[in-house]
Amino acid sequence: MTESGLNATAALTVEQAIANLRGDDLGLRVYAAWWLGRFRVNEPEAVTLLIEALADEADRTEAGGYPLRRNAARALGKLGDCQAVAPLIESLSCSDFYVREAAAQSLEMLGDRGCIAQLLDLLQNRVSGTQPSPEQPEFIQPYDAILEALGTLGATEATELAKPFLEHPIERVRYAAARALYQLAETPEEAAKYGDILVQALSGDDLQLRRAALADLGAIGYIGAAEAIADTLAENSLKLIALKGVLEKQMHQSPDGNPTPDAMRVMDLMDALL
Amino acid sequence: MSDSSSSLIQAVEDADSAALLVAVQNLAAARLEVSIPTLVATLGYNNSGAAIAAVEGLIQLGEPAVPALLEQLDRQNHAARAWAICALAEIGDPRGFMTLLGAATADFSLQVRRAAARGLGTMKWQWFPTDLVEIAQEEAMEALLFVAQQDEEWIVRYSAIAGLEALATTIARTHPAWAAHIQTQLEQLERNDSSWAVGARARMAQQQQQAAESSLQSSDPREDASSLGSETNWQITLEKLYDRKGQERLVLAEGDPRRYRSLAMAISQKLDTT
Repeated sequence: MTESGLNATAALTVEQAIANLRGDDLGLRVYAAWWLGRFRVNEPEAVTLLIEALADEADRTEAGGYPLRRNAARALGKLGDCQAVAPLIESLSCSDFYVREAAAQSLEMLGDRGCIAQLLDLLQNRVSGTQPSPEQPEFIQPYDAILEALGTLGATEATELAKPFLEHPIERVRYAAARALYQLAETPEEAAKYGDILVQALSGDDLQLRRAALADLGAIGYIGAAEAIADTLAENSLKLIALKGVLEKQMHQSPDGNPTPDAMRVMDLMDALL
Repeated sequence: MSDSSSSLIQAVEDADSAALLVAVQNLAAARLEVSIPTLVATLGYNNSGAAIAAVEGLIQLGEPAVPALLEQLDRQNHAARAWAICALAEIGDPRGFMTLLGAATADFSLQVRRAAARGLGTMKWQWFPTDLVEIAQEEAMEALLFVAQQDEEWIVRYSAIAGLEALATTIARTHPAWAAHIQTQLEQLERNDSSWAVGARARMAQQQQQAAESSLQSSDPREDASSLGSETNWQITLEKLYDRKGQERLVLAEGDPRRYRSLAMAISQKLDTT
């Protein structure tokens, strides 16, 4: 980071961050975009500037990426302002893989179903001019982010398109498909079938992938995974976060606010990990 | 030292990082007091798998491991210190009590605060001398209420509530007024906490406490007195704490973490010199 960037890190205020995002120093602009999201500065001026940054042409990597657009797209998901939905949908057709990934994640967070059609197009790789991941060329689209968004948005029209991704060569994509199909399933039995794919993943050999499966199971709150989560070879802190997701799902389903027997079982598992 | 124990210790000392985990697991499984210095040294090797295995071994060894763990706290290795505190929390020996008070309320690592908070509720109270158990339990209660209300991390608040539940069960007969106070505070925590998981844990703690109160005809909590005599250094230490406590109260507000931090420092200095 440049010297001016270090100073900015030390003491950035909302006013400075907004001024930096308006300014000419690309390093400061990229950092300000991140900072506004990190501290959830959902002031109208910040939102407007971040939306403008989604169309930035000044900040380019050698490979043609748009770092400022990536950070702006990530930040807009955290600010919760619906004005960002249409520009983020536009960003789903950006040539930069990471801009599309950030846009899909932020659209998931904003929860507006208006983006489903474009997510489905992207899932089918029907958007022209989009480049694959520079690091993993077999990652043509950010399939994991797209599938997760479709699942969270309850896009049942995605079910048949999502199923083939259960066989995708990249594990993360397979997990995202299972996670989405769990959320889109019509019956608990069908959901459990997909949840159990993620449970299987908890006993894999790669710690990173076990961590990813823990995060997915926490996100969907699959009660059938509780014991397997507690037994996974991973950090207790990650297992506790996953079990928290399972517990909170149970509490949402409790008719009177009292812990259900399943919720109490989950808390006993959590207590043993403290 | 037997040949087999020295070869197990030698294996840990000679191991490269790939072989370390297995060597430490083997040594920990042997449950030899002579292995304590080696296991404690492993906490500082910057190998979390080996450290977890060493912590588990030290917990199994229990009370004899406490002096070496306390000694580890004074060294300038943050990770090793954190592991040592986790082991002390699980062992529950009174000599670790001041450390846990300080760690639960003021450590910068949320994992350490989480482990310490749980440990404060599950101390081996029967190992405290009769005349000191009351002040220690009151300190533990105040620290745990402070952490449950104030810590910024949900898992630390959750852990403090689990600790409060255990403490409330212990003191239900000896200090019914404290138990009632904990019950009231749990009600408030359930209502006010922003996290569903923490609210659910507070709810369950209240229910467990009520269930425990209705079956109070349990055995004398002090019948399992340990081999620690009343002449041990830590008793002197706790007496100093008792004197100091009155003075601290004049300066710092109830529940102020600095209170525990300064007390803990005084205790560790005391342990150095005695």
